[in-house]
Parts: sequence; structure tokens; C-alpha cells
Amino acid sequence: MRFTLSQEQALLRDTVARLVRERFGFEARLKTLESAAGFDRDVWREFAEIGLLGAPFGEEVGGFGGGGVELMTVMRELGRGLLLEPYLASVVLAGSLIERLGTPEQCSDYLRPMIAGEALLAFAHGEPDSRYALEQVATRAVATSGGWRLDGRKSVVLHGGEANTLVVSARTAGAQDDEKGIGLFLLPCDAMGLSLHPYPTIDGLRAAELELDGVVIPAEAALGEPGTAYSAIEAAVARGLVALCGEAVGAMETCCDMTLDYLKQRKQFGVTIGSFQVLQHRMVDLRGLLEQARSMAILAAGRLDGERAERERAVSAAKNLIGRAGRTIAEESIQLHGGIGMTWEYALPHFAKRLVMIDHLLGDEDHHLDRFVMLERAASAAPPLSAVN
Amino acid sequence: MDLHYTPEEEAFREEIRDFLREKLPPELAAKVRGGKRLTKADHERWHAILSAAGYLAVNWPRAYGGTGWSPVQRHIFDEETAAAGAPAVLAFGVNMVAPVLMKFGTQAQKDYYLPRILDGSDWWCQGYSEPGAGSDLAGLKTRAERDGEHYVVNGQKTWTTLGQYANKIFCLVRTDPQAKKQEGISFLLIDMTTPGITVRPIITLDGGREVNEVFFDNVLVPVENLVGEENKGWPCAKYLLTHERTGIAGIGQAKAALQHLKSVAGRQLKHGRPLTEDPTFARRIARVEIDLMALETTNLRVIAEAQSGGAPGAESSLLKINGSVLRQEITDLLRRSVGPYALPFLSELMDAETNQTPVGPAEAAPLAAEYFNRRKLSIYGGSNEIQKTIVAKAILGL
Ligand SMILES: Cc1cc2nc3c(=O)[nH]c(=O)nc-3n(C[C@H](O)[C@H](O)[C@H](O)COP(=O)(O)OP(=O)(O)OC[C@H]3O[C@@H](n4cnc5c(N)ncnc54)[C@H](O)[C@@H]3O)c2cc1C
Repeated sequence: MRFTLSQEQALLRDTVARLVRERFGFEARLKTLESAAGFDRDVWREFAEIGLLGAPFGEEVGGFGGGGVELMTVMRELGRGLLLEPYLASVVLAGSLIERLGTPEQCSDYLRPMIAGEALLAFAHGEPDSRYALEQVATRAVATSGGWRLDGRKSVVLHGGEANTLVVSARTAGAQDDEKGIGLFLLPCDAMGLSLHPYPTIDGLRAAELELDGVVIPAEAALGEPGTAYSAIEAAVARGLVALCGEAVGAMETCCDMTLDYLKQRKQFGVTIGSFQVLQHRMVDLRGLLEQARSMAILAAGRLDGERAERERAVSAAKNLIGRAGRTIAEESIQLHGGIGMTWEYALPHFAKRLVMIDHLLGDEDHHLDRFVMLERAASAAPPLSAVN
Repeated sequence: MDLHYTPEEEAFREEIRDFLREKLPPELAAKVRGGKRLTKADHERWHAILSAAGYLAVNWPRAYGGTGWSPVQRHIFDEETAAAGAPAVLAFGVNMVAPVLMKFGTQAQKDYYLPRILDGSDWWCQGYSEPGAGSDLAGLKTRAERDGEHYVVNGQKTWTTLGQYANKIFCLVRTDPQAKKQEGISFLLIDMTTPGITVRPIITLDGGREVNEVFFDNVLVPVENLVGEENKGWPCAKYLLTHERTGIAGIGQAKAALQHLKSVAGRQLKHGRPLTEDPTFARRIARVEIDLMALETTNLRVIAEAQSGGAPGAESSLLKINGSVLRQEITDLLRRSVGPYALPFLSELMDAETNQTPVGPAEAAPLAAEYFNRRKLSIYGGSNEIQKTIVAKAILGL
């Protein structure tokens, strides 16, 4: 076992850490929050220049060949600086799907420009009634003479309003909760019949509601074999979960650092509040949670490129633990800051908000706890491996 | 033991229900239920309705225009008004400065200020905290120097809730910098329109505008605005803080929030079924419901004790701790219940008048913001850590 980063991984981490130090100031963030795009295009360009947008992709598509550990490492650093940029939506989720299912033409038409920082992607999957269930797709894709017609609604599509191309899931067959029968389609953001309603999220990012009303697309817009996308979606979401776990750990580190500094510096009753034993113990508990969270992020990252059962078990376990730890660290760091922890002008509550909202992305702690139980049950019901092989 | 309300108390409950059915404007109740931000006019309107019915000052003696109600009646009133979606009465005038005036004020102060609280002439805010004096309230630095018939006030207060609407502020000021911390403090009533006062907003993490900084630059305050004796403000300050407030546990609000949680969660789907039927979520709701039953019973025990003449003591700290944690837990479940729809942040939708298009379930918009806003419950009014220290000392003798 080795828990240290390789030389290249450490270099990647240091590069991103430097970028975060130099470009992710809190004052600038407050301004960017208010801007039309909601993120900093210059920072995004720098991401492209240092190869960050290609970090998780294979070299054959113009990527950098990184795996789970690289992804977690990058996201952790970005989480420490509380990124606003659409890395999860564009690179991790939509990008992964194109890499996995795309034809060479699709990869060069959509993935390469994204990696180069010239275009943005988003993944439109969730629907008003699907909550966090990946198999719940009501949006329909009906074959027409020259291609497909899409009808339905997509909800809380991360950065849907900023993307040039949307990767949209739609059902070609089956009931609303069948894993089979789900297809993915590449949709330009200005497609006829598509209406987009973008809005800010409470943690400062952007999302959109989508309405697809008789959107007609050519056959080449299908990503992979229509009807068989579920396992690719699951794998892309697993990547998304590793990314979120990494980001959460970064945000937790900042919360813990800021809170510890505050305990050492804030004076009440003539002493620093960090000299009160009850607060010392609370801070120790937070550090304990942080270590647990770090371990789970590492575990999920390390299992990401392994076989499905092991991967899914690890990512669901990680997301559950990190959901719990994130909430506690967010709430406690606000509490230990007192009134100042409640203010917009101060960075800490923004980290806390992101931590709590990460639990609302790609499945919350309850969803992943249930899923963990289900995966266990499925594993023990399955015939022994020897019988399968 | 008898865990039932008396027939008289039940009759009183009916009376309050009738009053609410008749007098609570439905659009106001809808705003409160929908988690919309209340305007100054909304608060004033409800205060006026209560005042006209003689129900505003629930914990004042009759002699001053209060209800003279028993603690149980106050509890019933709290429960019914919250259940009906009535706005909470702002405590600063009615429940904070008024009892201090009744106990420590001059006859002239009582005659002037108390009726103005009842008729809505004055909107009070609380000038206790300062940047360097939060939990350590006695560490405050705002100075008041006697100059003939005036005090000259200089300094800064912070976290002043709804100070932007107030025309009066009650302040703790330091009148003797040489004395021991608690012994050089005075309690002053200050008119917010006096020259030299500046109010600056502090935006909270949820984007709300409910707290302020208040700056005093050579503000002249007539000496007759001193409450009690000079340098003897600390007992007033503590009396105000420990003064038994109706509903410190927030039972009425917690019950209303739990109802709201059940109805919101009942309309969300998980795997095609209402979220309230999901075993994991149902257990979460059940747990807060059980905690609330326990807290309500504890609250009633404390009230019954007060009713029979026992002095409410540090138990109110326990009620505050448990009550704030419970209400925070309910807002946590509310935000979770809407799943990904907790993310959209459409600030305008939290105001009643808006053309903004809602996203997702109509009731989802304020839930996450409210969850973040309610973090304050365990911070203000003496943080939960400070309450625990009070309990440790006063109840446990540690
Ligand atoms: C939304 C909001 C509204 C408010 N409204 C008003 C208002 O209208 N008027 C007004 O005067 N004030 C108001 N306050 C101020 C409030 O009373 C203070 O925030 C509170 O007393 C805590 O003080 P502080 O923020 O300075 O935190 P600090 O005192 O600095 O405390 C920071 C942390 O240390 C802990 N701590 C401090 N001392 C100890 C100790 N001895 N032992 C253990 N733990 C300790 C605290 O519990 C807290 O977790 C408001 C605050 C908020 C957030």
C-alpha cells in the first residue's frame, strides 16, 4: 500500500494549488458571482492552458490520461479555493460520457474543443420527479425518419445555461424506471424546441431547467447505441462522485483551517476562545471527521478505475460519509465563528454552503446509504465469482 | 398527574382560534407559510391587529395594557398563532425593553414608552452586541459621557436585528471605564433619528437583510433616557436576557414547521412514491417528531411549575438549547426533502411580490436559504455554548 502521490501527481497538485492561491481570491469570487456567466473565463482559459480540462481523459482524445486519483487531487485543490467554474458539469460528467461513448468524430467535434477551453458541455439527466435515481428517465426519444425527436423536462442541469452542447438523456424504450432503454443525445444549446431557464444556485454556481418540446435531431446526434447508456451514465456519475468528494474534502480543509485560526485569534472574556476546552474538543471532532472524509475520498478515487461492483460500493460509501461530515463541518464552523459565520461578506459561510449543497448533488447521504445497502444485497445474492467466470 | 388541559383552557383555545379565523389576514398567513420575507408593513399590520384585540402584550400585567394571561394561556396562544401561520411578534419592544421599563424605569418612562409599544408608535431594536463583545457582553466599549443634561455616546453596535426599521434602540453603554467590567455599564434608550447615528446593513449568508451595524458619533442622549441608575445597567441587561420569554423553546414554530415538512415531503417523489413513505426519510421525520413531543412536554412541565409559583430558572436555557437544535433539524429535513431543488437560489421568490418564474416545487424556493438562516438560532440570544455554561453553573453546580 502507498498513500503518497506519485511525482507527476504531486506536480499536478502543486500546479493547481498555485493556480488556486493566485486566482481564487474571495473578493474576486464575490464579483464573479454577480457576473453574467457566473464564472471567470480567464481562469477557465488557464485551466485549459495547463491541461486541467483534459486531466481525466485518455491521451487518444487529447487528454492527459489521469485516473481517479488525479481527478480527486485536482478537485480537492479547487475545493480549497471554492471554484465557480463548470468543471464538474463540463469536464467530469458530460466530458466523460463523450469519451466513453463517442465516436472518434464526436470526440473530435465536442471533446477536443472542450479540452481546449473553446466550448462548454453540460449533462442534462435529472428530472422533476427523479430525485437522485439515475434510472428514472421520463423524457422520451422517438425515432423519426432522419433521427430523433425529444420531449420532456430536465431539472437542475448544472451549468446548462452556459454550455454550448448538452448531453441529454432520454428514453427510447421501457418504463420510467428501467435501466434498459436509456439513450444519450448531443444537443446544441440553440436547438429548436429547446427552452432553457438558467438561474443561480444557493452555493453560487449556475444551473438550468430545460424543456424539450419536439426537439428534432439527426441520427448522428446519438451518443453510443441508443437505449444502452445506463452503465456509461453510472460510470460518469461515479467520476462525478469522486470529483465531488475531492472538492468537499478541499472545502472541509478550508473550513477547518479558518475555524482553527479563528479559535486562536478571537478573544472573549479576555482569552482566545480556543482556550475553552469545550471548543477545543469540538475542533478535535471536526479534525477527526476531516480525516475520515479524506480517507473515503482516497478510497473512492482509488476504486474508480476498478470493476463496477467495487467502484460503486466505494463511491456510495464515500458520498454518504462525506455528506454527513460535510454537514457537520459546515454547521460547526459557522457556530464556532458566532455571528461572523452568518455573513455574506466573509468567506467561511460560502464554503459551508457549498459543503451542504454538495450533498444535494448526485445523491445525498440517504440516497447513497440506501444504495450501499442495495449493492450489498445484490452482491450477496449473486452467485459466487467462480461460477460466473 | 393529569396531562389534559382544563375545560377553561380548552375554551380559551377556541377563543383564540375564532380570533385568528376572523382577524388573521389570509394573505399574511400565506406569506408566513410560504416562507416569504415579511415587510415592515406586514409586521406593523399584525401588531396592530393584535393590539386592537388586546393580544399584543401577552406577558404584560393587565395594569399596563397586557393580557395578564397565565403561562399556560400564553403557551396555547403561541401554539395557535404559529399553527395558523401568524407572524411571530417581534420581541424587542414587547418582550425585551418593556419588562425592563416596568421593573427599573421611572414613572415617566413607563407612561411614555409602554403605550407607544402597544400602539406601534415605536419600533425597538437591541443594541447589546459589539464587534469585540459578543458572548462576553460585559466587554462592551461604547462610551457614554455625561455632559450636563446629556450623555454623549460614541462607539459601535453590531448584529442589530431589523435596526433598519427601528426608531428606537436600547443600548448598553459604558459610563465608567475605570470600574470593574460589569459595574460601569448603563442602560440607555436612544432615538434612532438623533444626529450622529449611522445604520449599515450586514447581508447574511442566505442573502437576507435583517442585521445591521449601528455607529454612534457624538450622539446626544438626554439624561432622562437612562433606565435605572448610572453604572447599574448590568442588572437591567441580565433581567432582560433571563426574563422568562413566552415560547423560548419555539414549540409553536417547531410544530408549524413539522407540519410544513410533512406536507412538502408528502408532495416529493422518491422512486415514484411520496417521500413520506420512504423508510429512511420517514424515520428522520419520526425522530424529530418524537424529540418535539419530548420538548413540548418539558416545556409544559416548566410552564406548570411557573403557574404554581415556581421561578423559572436555568431550565429556560435547556429549553433554548433543545428548541433551537430541534428547529434547525426540521429546517435541515425541509431542505433535504426537495432533493436537487434545494439548489436554485431565486432570491426574489422569497419576497411576495415578484415576477420571477419559480423553479421546481413552488414551496422549495426558500427552504435552503431558511436552513442557512436558522443557523442563527444557536448563536444569538446567548449561544448554545453559553447556555450550557449557565446550566452547568446554575443547575449542576459545577
Ligand atoms: C442573526 C443574528 C441576529 C442578532 N441580533 C442581535 C440583536 O438584535 N442585538 C444584539 O445586541 N445582538 C444580536 N446578535 C448578536 C448575538 O447575540 C451574538 O452573535 C452572540 O452573542 C455571539 O457573539 P459573537 O457573535 O461575538 O460570537 P463569539 O462570542 O465570538 O463566539 C464565537 C464562538 O465561541 C463560543 N464561545 C464564546 N465564549 C465561550 C465560552 N466562554 N465557552 C464556550 N464557548 C464560547 C460561542 O458560543 C461561539 O460558538 C445577533 C446575532 C445574529 C447572528
